[in-house]
Amino acid sequence: MIVAERKPIEEIIGFVKNCKKILIVGCNECVTVCYAGGKKEVGILASALKMAFTKEGKELEITEVTLERQCDHEYLEEIRNIIEDYDAVVSLACGVGVQFMAEKYPRTLVFPGVNTSFMGVTEESGVWSERCQGCGQCILGQTAGICPISRCAKRLLNGPCGGSTNGKCEINKELDCAWQLIIDRLKELGRLDDYDKLIPIKDWSTERAGGPRKVIREDLRQ
Amino acid sequence: MRLSYPDSIRIIRLPCSGKVDVIHMMEAFQKGADGVYVAGCLEGECHYLTGNLRAKKKVEYTKKLLDEIGVGGERLAMYNIAASDGPRFAEVAKEMHEKIKALGPSPIREALQKKKAA
Repeated sequence: MIVAERKPIEEIIGFVKNCKKILIVGCNECVTVCYAGGKKEVGILASALKMAFTKEGKELEITEVTLERQCDHEYLEEIRNIIEDYDAVVSLACGVGVQFMAEKYPRTLVFPGVNTSFMGVTEESGVWSERCQGCGQCILGQTAGICPISRCAKRLLNGPCGGSTNGKCEINKELDCAWQLIIDRLKELGRLDDYDKLIPIKDWSTERAGGPRKVIREDLRQ
Repeated sequence: MRLSYPDSIRIIRLPCSGKVDVIHMMEAFQKGADGVYVAGCLEGECHYLTGNLRAKKKVEYTKKLLDEIGVGGERLAMYNIAASDGPRFAEVAKEMHEKIKALGPSPIREALQKKKAA
């Protein structure tokens, strides 16, 4: 899922300080699961903003809506009839949702309510960590299902660097060395021979370095 | 026991302190409460095992939010009181009453009153 964190309230107040009527839009997908932008967080932000405005002797009318997703036309269409009634929208979706909203409704100010962090997993309740960088060419089949692109600080493809100590990365003693994890798992699977196979130089053009990307499926296109 | 406690305290009954959510505490302040405290069971004695520990974390999180919007996290507190300990319940109520009295009215209540008077 896409993991996000709520923005400081002060930053959001800064966005909407001159507004009289705003719409706060949550998203029922990833940001709900990581407690950053679901229905509950929409309510909390609305309450916090109302108090901040009341304290300053100002009034702010807030409508709360949580859509199934903000990265698809069909769900964003649900607010088409009401969106222009508001001075601004605060979207608690990830950066994708915020942009799609802004793209669809060019006459409305759209502000982000969360900082989008990464694509990751829920390690345990309240702890999320990165697992994928969307490099466009998955090599997990060669690395025992552990990604050195997202989990090795140097994105090394053929074994650890000299900074790997006792299974930990040199940039942070809490961080597992991805290559240590890969080797341990290969051993466990009885496939340590795979470690000897050189992974060729990666084609980074499918990664972000090649510019914004697009996937097209002609069979699904209308 | 016939113990008395300050009449400024308004009790909201919940099945477990773990049921308290951030939004409940926020809305109490939004409606003008000068202070809020959550009274849970003693740590280690939760009937649902971790309800009071979860409440404590939610209180801490809400305190930060209240600080961020300038209401003041010190107006919110978590207490652990045994269900059978009436004297401690009355003591805590008095302690919180005094603490909030010393802090004065919440800026939200003051703003709401000003608005009502205008």
